Amino acid sequence: MDFQNILFNAINEILSPTTAAYALAAMGLSVHFGYTGLLNFGQAAYLLVGSYGFAIATINGWPFFAALGVTVVLSLILTVILGIPTLRLRADYLAIVTISAAEILRYVATTTGMVNITGGSEGLSGFKGTFAEMNPIPKGTYNIGTLVINEYDLWLRIVGWSVVALVALILFKLMKSPWGRVLKGIREDEDAVRSLGKNVFVLKMQALAIGGVLGSLAGVIFVLPRAVQPGNYATTLTFFIWTILLLGGAATILGPVLGAMTFWVILSLTQGILFGLVDSGIIDFMSVTQVGQIRFMLVGLLLMLLVIYRPQGFLGNKKEMSFGV
Amino acid sequence: MTLVPRKPLSLAKFLIFGLLSSIFLMTSLALGPAAQAEEEDGGQSQLDSNLVISGVLIADGVRLPGVEVQVIGSGIDQTVASDEQGKWSVSVPAKDDYKIVLNLSTLPDGVALADQASSTLEVKKEDWLTSTATRNFRFEGSAVATLSTADKILQRVVAGLIFGSLLALASVGLSLIFGTTGLSNFAHGEAVTLGGITAWIAGSLMGLPIFIVIPLGLIVGGLSGFLQNQFLWAPLRSRGTKLVQMMIVSIGLSIVLRYVYLFFIDGTNKSYTGGLSGVIVLGPIRLTQGSVLTFVLAIVVLLAFAWFLTKTRVGRATRAVSDNISLAEASGIDSEKIIKIVWIAGSSLAALGGILLALYRQVSWAMGFEILLLIFAAVVLGGLGSAYGALLGSFIVGILVELSALVLPPDLKYASALFLMILVLIFRPQGVLGKKQRVG
Repeated sequence: MDFQNILFNAINEILSPTTAAYALAAMGLSVHFGYTGLLNFGQAAYLLVGSYGFAIATINGWPFFAALGVTVVLSLILTVILGIPTLRLRADYLAIVTISAAEILRYVATTTGMVNITGGSEGLSGFKGTFAEMNPIPKGTYNIGTLVINEYDLWLRIVGWSVVALVALILFKLMKSPWGRVLKGIREDEDAVRSLGKNVFVLKMQALAIGGVLGSLAGVIFVLPRAVQPGNYATTLTFFIWTILLLGGAATILGPVLGAMTFWVILSLTQGILFGLVDSGIIDFMSVTQVGQIRFMLVGLLLMLLVIYRPQGFLGNKKEMSFGV
Repeated sequence: MTLVPRKPLSLAKFLIFGLLSSIFLMTSLALGPAAQAEEEDGGQSQLDSNLVISGVLIADGVRLPGVEVQVIGSGIDQTVASDEQGKWSVSVPAKDDYKIVLNLSTLPDGVALADQASSTLEVKKEDWLTSTATRNFRFEGSAVATLSTADKILQRVVAGLIFGSLLALASVGLSLIFGTTGLSNFAHGEAVTLGGITAWIAGSLMGLPIFIVIPLGLIVGGLSGFLQNQFLWAPLRSRGTKLVQMMIVSIGLSIVLRYVYLFFIDGTNKSYTGGLSGVIVLGPIRLTQGSVLTFVLAIVVLLAFAWFLTKTRVGRATRAVSDNISLAEASGIDSEKIIKIVWIAGSSLAALGGILLALYRQVSWAMGFEILLLIFAAVVLGGLGSAYGALLGSFIVGILVELSALVLPPDLKYASALFLMILVLIFRPQGVLGKKQRVG
């Protein structure tokens, strides 16, 4: 077994663009769940809207920032559709409605009836041009630590993590502001906030919208290293984001970032080690595809154990838990 | 909100539960695979000439077995049925003109030729470039082109009633668990899958007859419900775990179980017919014996369960706990005992739903998870926590799913039910039979 390679692969996950996308999506979810107490189980829908909106707009010749604008508008529309019926209802209704809405969107993106727009089950590709054109980094391969990447990958990593850093800064300011404190108030006691004359519904809508926009931006970063595949936006994506959020700490700014890095390092390490054990014949009762399945079992188990034993995650404060109801 | 662990849930118990369930699965699988090597090449008649006309019958991604195709020409007139993979082939004596006729009456429920597609295809003399000629019929899953609109609707409604009765078996349990414990159990779909897998192992691999498979599935389902409650949910409840936390735990459990299933049975679809693949024709409606049994059995069990809920002491206590747990406890009902019964009954009903779903469709590792949201939709439509509401909701969802395939592409049929659920939540959040106080 090549331990060095396994270790390097795991380390490289820390700053991969996919990790940045998950971190950003989890930050959006932390605005929803961590700070406001909204049980959004449809974060995959925001990523889907972001990915498809960006890809379809770009393929139809829209410039980069216009395509980005499309994703923001789409995520706001989705917020209105999701929020109006459910924000007045009890928490678990919101969970069921958001997860259903995400699945509806995935069915619509996959259906043969829309194959001209969404590419059906094949998905979409050929939308990286506008982003690559803005790349100031000269062509070539770059060695960064253990990493050997091309100029596109380097550019994507720089942009992706800059967005994450910027968003972290903005969220830090927002949550310190009076507005952010009212959100936490809603999480702790909705009626108390209402009795102070605040419009809880509008505040919840605003939180849902901000977290949603972050989710759709995450969707853009998520597809830039790959093609759009409808299968990527299943409920599993949402559950991964939840695990990341709870791992890092729900009501924290840097928790989602730390959570995403840890999550992908753990997955890469277990994958690498199990792969190596199967390859060298030490484990002979399972195949290479079954190794991938073990990873999902680990994610599920991690989610259960986290919620039971350490619901505040790495960075959270046990007093600040949004598990009311 | 602070979380004070009153009685720590021991990790040991937790792991034992996981271990037990996987050992259980492994042993039951180890008993099975004797008959696994049955699936070989379908019986294809092969003449010396090596000239073959063949095709694959696929409607909306689903392969159609047992459909008759007739090949006429060059002195032969041969009828063959497609195999499990939907493949058919006929050996022919010469590179000549042939006519291929599809026997429309052997098509399965709800499948038809695509619009303007002919039930007769041709192979011309000049088409023979190699020794094989392939001809495929174009199908659509949504409607039978030869039927009138009224017949199409009738057929869909019948299919919807069958599907609805399956959903009902699962949703009654989900609704009762919600009513008595407040938990939205996202791992309920895995109880359905457990039933389906049990049916496949016991019925298809071990060859046990259906009247043994069904009680076995009920026992396995009940056992899984008992173990879950005993080693996971009851300790969490006594620890004072919040409902949202428990809901996320159930999501984690659902992921773990689903991939344990996938690990052991792999990702292919399995079939379980229970020896009931014969066809019954009632006017425009064609049903397999399996689907008829599915419907009858589901209705009988649901009626029996309704009787249990209304006429027996335990059943009445169950409804009391579901209605108001503090009041029920004050009048001397042991709510933990009732919750245990609800977990056992709910899981075994879901497992029965899985067995019947296996008969009606196919067995796969995610079969329960695929219908989980429909089960939720049924429960929400009827009103969370109301068992009768869940019944009604299931039939609404079942019929809607099938009817929507008449106007929407078939791959959107689940989306329509979920959309209806969201609409209902806007206009009547308590559901059709629910009580307003539950909306909160």
